[in-house]
Amino acid sequence: MTAAEIHQPETGAMLTTADGAPLKEALARAMRRARFRAFLLVVPLLIFVLVTFAVPIAQMLYLSIHNPVFSDHMPRLTAYFEAHPDIDVPGEDGFAALALDLAASKKDRSAGRVGTRINYERPGSNSLFKSGARKAAKFKGPPYKEKLLKHRKDWADPHLWNVMKRAAQAHTLGFYAAALDLTYDKKGEITRVAPERRIYVMLFVRTFLLSALIAALCLLLGFPVAYLLANLPLRYSNLLMILVLLPFWTSLLVRTTSWITLLQSQGVLNDLMVATGMVGDDGRIQLMYNQAGTIIAMTHILLPFMILPLYSVMKTIPPSYMRAARSLGATPVTAFMKVYFPQTIPGIGAGCLLVFILAIGYYITPALVGGSTGELISNQIAFHMQSSLNWSLAAALGAILLFGVVLLYWLYDRLIGIDNMKFG
Amino acid sequence: MKTMRVLSSTAIAVGLLVSANMAGAGEITVMSWGGAYTKSQVEAYHKPWMAKTGHKLKSVDSPNPSAPIKAQVTAGKVSIDVADVEYSDAVRYCDEGLLEPIDPKTLPAGSNGTPAEQDFIDGGLTDCAVANIVWSTIFAYDASKMTGAKPATMADFFDTKKFPGKRGLRKGAKANLEMALMADGVPASKVYDVLGTPAGVKRAFAKMDSIKKDIVWWEAGAQAPQLLADGEVAMTTAYNGRIFNAAVSENKPFTIVWDGQVLDFDLFVIPKGAPNKELAFDFIKFATSTKPLADQAKYIAYGPARKSSAAFVGMFQDGKTKMAPHMPTAPANLKNALVNNFEFWADRSSELNERFNAWIAAN
Amino acid sequence: MEESSAFVEFRNVQKSYDGETLVVKDFNLSIAQGEFVTMLGPSGSGKTTCLMMLAGFEPVTHGEILLKGRPINDVPPHKRGIGMVFQNYALFPHMTVAENLAFPLKVRKVSDADVETKVNRALEMVELPGFGNRRPAQLSGGQQQRVAVARALVFDPELILMDEPLGALDKQLREQMQYEIKHIHEELGVTMVYVTHDQAEALTMSDRIAVFEDGVVQQLASPADLYEKPENAFVAGFIGENNRLSGTVKEVDGDVCKVALDEGGTVNAEMVDAGGVGARATLSIRPERVELLGDDGTMPNCVLGRIEELIYLGDHVRIRMTVAGTDEFIVKVRNSADRRDLQEGDEMSIGWRSRDCRALEPIDA
Repeated sequence: MTAAEIHQPETGAMLTTADGAPLKEALARAMRRARFRAFLLVVPLLIFVLVTFAVPIAQMLYLSIHNPVFSDHMPRLTAYFEAHPDIDVPGEDGFAALALDLAASKKDRSAGRVGTRINYERPGSNSLFKSGARKAAKFKGPPYKEKLLKHRKDWADPHLWNVMKRAAQAHTLGFYAAALDLTYDKKGEITRVAPERRIYVMLFVRTFLLSALIAALCLLLGFPVAYLLANLPLRYSNLLMILVLLPFWTSLLVRTTSWITLLQSQGVLNDLMVATGMVGDDGRIQLMYNQAGTIIAMTHILLPFMILPLYSVMKTIPPSYMRAARSLGATPVTAFMKVYFPQTIPGIGAGCLLVFILAIGYYITPALVGGSTGELISNQIAFHMQSSLNWSLAAALGAILLFGVVLLYWLYDRLIGIDNMKFG
Repeated sequence: MKTMRVLSSTAIAVGLLVSANMAGAGEITVMSWGGAYTKSQVEAYHKPWMAKTGHKLKSVDSPNPSAPIKAQVTAGKVSIDVADVEYSDAVRYCDEGLLEPIDPKTLPAGSNGTPAEQDFIDGGLTDCAVANIVWSTIFAYDASKMTGAKPATMADFFDTKKFPGKRGLRKGAKANLEMALMADGVPASKVYDVLGTPAGVKRAFAKMDSIKKDIVWWEAGAQAPQLLADGEVAMTTAYNGRIFNAAVSENKPFTIVWDGQVLDFDLFVIPKGAPNKELAFDFIKFATSTKPLADQAKYIAYGPARKSSAAFVGMFQDGKTKMAPHMPTAPANLKNALVNNFEFWADRSSELNERFNAWIAAN
Repeated sequence: MEESSAFVEFRNVQKSYDGETLVVKDFNLSIAQGEFVTMLGPSGSGKTTCLMMLAGFEPVTHGEILLKGRPINDVPPHKRGIGMVFQNYALFPHMTVAENLAFPLKVRKVSDADVETKVNRALEMVELPGFGNRRPAQLSGGQQQRVAVARALVFDPELILMDEPLGALDKQLREQMQYEIKHIHEELGVTMVYVTHDQAEALTMSDRIAVFEDGVVQQLASPADLYEKPENAFVAGFIGENNRLSGTVKEVDGDVCKVALDEGGTVNAEMVDAGGVGARATLSIRPERVELLGDDGTMPNCVLGRIEELIYLGDHVRIRMTVAGTDEFIVKVRNSADRRDLQEGDEMSIGWRSRDCRALEPIDA
C-alpha cells in the first residue's frame, strides 16, 4: 500500500485511502500479490502430492465402485441386459449374445478375465467361461442356447445370469457389500454371507480394537519416558532420545528377526522365564504367532510416535507450574493430576491419534508375527492386492478403513478439538 | 486396466532409474523364491547362462514371485523379466492377460532329440509358462526330538494326541485342504472329487479344525525348516527341497514323510511388458533345456520337468548323496501322492482362499 | 544455639548442586514477623537458591531453616503453608482465573461457599473483580501478575515469597505494582521475602535488604543504611551510582582517615573496611554529594576537575568530569534557578564533606 495515510470520514462512511480508493480493495490488492507468491512456493509440493498421492488414491477408490471388465469384454450381452433388465434366464436372443461374446473373447484372450470377474461371486465360473469360449469359437450359427447347454448345463443356472447381469453394470456397490460380508443371493437380494465365510466385519472390529489397545499401551509406556525426556538434564535426555528413536533406524527385517529370537516359545524370554522358574518347561507361553505377538511388536514400533508429540508438549510445560501447585498446598500426586496432566492432553490426543491411525494400516508386522489371531484387516487388503488380484474388493476394504479413520478424526475434533492437538 | 495407467506416472521417477540401469548392460531380472531354491537356480541356470551369453542377470527374491506381477503390469511399468511361479498362478495370470504367451514350439528339443512338447512331463507347458521343476509339499519332523514312535502317514500329522506339539503349515488353502482330506482317509485319487463338493470342503476344514490351535503359519519357504530347527514346531509341511537341503547340507536330523505328498510344478513366466522380453525368452529356453534342468538337482531335491533330464541326474553337490531317491518323483515316494489339480484351483482358489482366510481369522 | 524468636531463620545454610562449588556459603538471616525482606544481587549470586530452599523446592546441603522456630528442612513444600509468586506467574493455563484462585482452597478442602467468598475477596483486593471467568492467556501481563499475587494470598499464608515477580513488566507498570505490593504488605501484615536484581525495586519496597554476591551476604541493612553506609566496595557499587577514586591510606584517626590519591592530593574520608596505614583504598563518593565550587567556595576536600560532558535530565544535570586521573567521575547538580552556566571544557574545583567519602577495601585487592 503506497498511501499509508487513511481518511476517516466523520460520518461512518466507508474507509478510503488517501487517494480515495476504498480501503478494503486497496488491502485486497496488496495482499493478492503476497498470496500468489506464497502459493508459488507450495506449487511443487502440491503437484507432487497430487501426482503421487491424491490421484492414485482417487483412482483406487474409483476401482471400488467401477469394474468394467465384463461390460468391456462382453458388449453384446451387456447391451442385451440393458434392453431386458427383468429377465432371469433368457431365450435364444440372450444366449446368442453370450455365445458371440464368448467367441470374441476367445480371440482376444479375455475369457479368463471375464471368468475371474464372475468367479468372485459364483465359484467355478472360471473354467466354465474358458471352456465355453473355446466351444463358442467353433459355433457355426444358431441355435446357440441349445449348443451352449450341450456344453455345460451350468449355462442355464439363474444364479449365473443374476451374477452376469450385475457384473454387466460397470458401476456397482457390490464390492462394498462383499467388504461388509454381504452378498446377493440366488434371487439377487442382499443377505449376509454364510457364517463360515464372514470375515471382514470381524476383522474391521478387531483392527479398531487392537489399534485402540496398542495406542493405550503406547500411552502407558510412553508417558513416563516422555516425562523423563522433558525433565532430564540435556546430556542424559539426548542419550534417552537416541534410544527412543532407535526403532526408526533399525530395518524391519532386523527387528522381526529379533522379535522371533526373543518371543518364540524356545526364545530368550521364555527361556528366561523357565530358568527363573516362573513357568515350567512344558508351560512355555506363546508370545508370538498370535495376537500377543501383534500387540507386542506394534507397540514397540509405534512407541516413538507416542513419545515424540508427548515430549514436545511436555517440553513447553515449565517446572514452575508443578512448583506453584506444590507451594499452593497440593501433594505431588494432586499437583500432577490437576496441573501437569491436563496440560499434556494435546500431546496425548496427537499421540493416540497418530498411533491409532498408523496401527490401522500396518500389515507387514501382523503378517510376520501375528499368526492367525493377530491378523488385521490390512492383511486382507494386501491379500486381495497381491494374491487374489481382486483389486476392486481391496479398494472397497481400503475405502471403508479410510472412512472409519475420517469418522474418528471428526469425532476427535468434536470432542477435544483438532486445534488442541500438538504434533511437535 | 485403462484407468490405472495413470498410476504409471507415479512410478516414472523409479522407472527411469530402473530402465537406465538395464538398457545398456543387457541385464535381466529374475524373481524367485529365495533361500536354497534360488541358490540352486543361480548355480544351474544363472551362472551358466551369463557365462554363455555375456549378459547380466539380477536375482531377486520374494515370498511369492507372482505377487508383484499384477501391480507392475497394470501400472505399465514392469521391472521383472522372468518370474518363477506356481502352476495355479501361472494359469490364472495367463487368463488375466498379465503374461506374455510362450509358444512351446520355439523351445529346444531334448538332448535325445525328443521335441519339447513331448519331452516335458504332462502339463509342464501352458500357454504362458514353461515348467522347470517338479516339487512337492511334504511334511517333515526333527528325528532327534521325536522319541518313541515316528510319524509315518499324513494322518499322523493331523493327530496331535498321538504326536503332541505344534504344526507348521503354509498360510493358504492350497495343499492344506488336500492333505486334510487325505489324513481323513480320502485316497489321493479321490481328493479333488471330494473337495469339489460342499460337504468335502466342510470335511477338510473340520479336519483342519482339529489341529487349529496348534498351527504356526509360515509364508516364505525358508521359514519351514527354520521353525523346525528352532523347535517351534514338532512337524511342519514344507517344500521337499528345503528339508533336503537342511538335512544334507546343514546336517539337521530332519526326516521327510512322503505319504500324502502334493506334487506341483514351478514354471517360468514373462510378465506382459517385461523390459527385456527377448533376453528373457533366451534365458528360459536355456534354463529349461535338458542339461541345466538336470544340473539343478545337484543343488536341491526337485525333479527336472523334462523326461530327457532324468538320465543326467546324479550326485548331490557333496559328491556322495545319490539324488534319485530324494526326488518327489522317485517310485518309492509316489505310493500315496497327489498331483495338484491346477484346473480345480484356477476355478476355486478365490472362493476357497476367502473361506480359508475367514477360517483363519476366526478365533 | 538459643531458641530464636525470629519468624524465619536461616542458620549457617550452605548449598551445593554438584558437590564441588558452593552456591550459597554460610547464609544467616533472621526475619521478624511482618517484615518485608528483599534478597538483592546479580544473577547467579545465590539469592533465588535461598528462596527455593525456603519454599522447599531445593534441599538444604548443610545448615537449618526454621519457620516460627521449627526446623522445616524435611517438611515438603505443600506442608509449609508458604504463598509464592513466581517469575512468570505460573498461572495454570487450563484453568480460569477463579479456578486458579480456588486451587489452594480446594486442595485444603475448604467448603464451596467459602471458596467463592475468598476468591471474590482476593479478586477485589487486586482490583480485578469480574475477571474470574477469564483464562490467564486473556489477561495482560499486569493483570496476570495481580492474579498471581492474589493466588499466593488467597489461602491466608503468613509468609509470602516472591521470585522476581515484576521482571516481565514494563517500567511504568513495574513501578505501579511495586507500590501495590507494598500496600498489600502493609494492609495484611504478612511477612514477605522478595527476590530481585533491581536495586530501585528493592529500595522502594523493603524494610531490610540482603545484598548477595558470590553466595555470600555482603550487607544486610535498611535501604537508607545500605545507600548511605555501604560496608564494602561491592555494595557501594551495586546500590546506586558511585564515584571511585584510588589511593593509599596515610593516617588513621578513629573513624576518620587521610588518603593520598594516586594522582596527587590528599583527602579525608570515613574509615570503613580499608586496611591500616599504607593499605590501598577505594574512595566511594555519591555523585549527588559532590559540589561544584565557585571561585570563592571551600570544602574540607577539594580537587580539580574538568567537565567532559553535560547531560541534561530535566530535574538535574549530569556532569561527567575528569578528576584525579579518571574521566568517569560523575557529578549530579540540581536544576535549580541559581544554577551556574557550565560549558564543556571548563575547569573548576569540586569538593565534598569528609563523611560523604568512604574509604573501602578495593574489590580486587
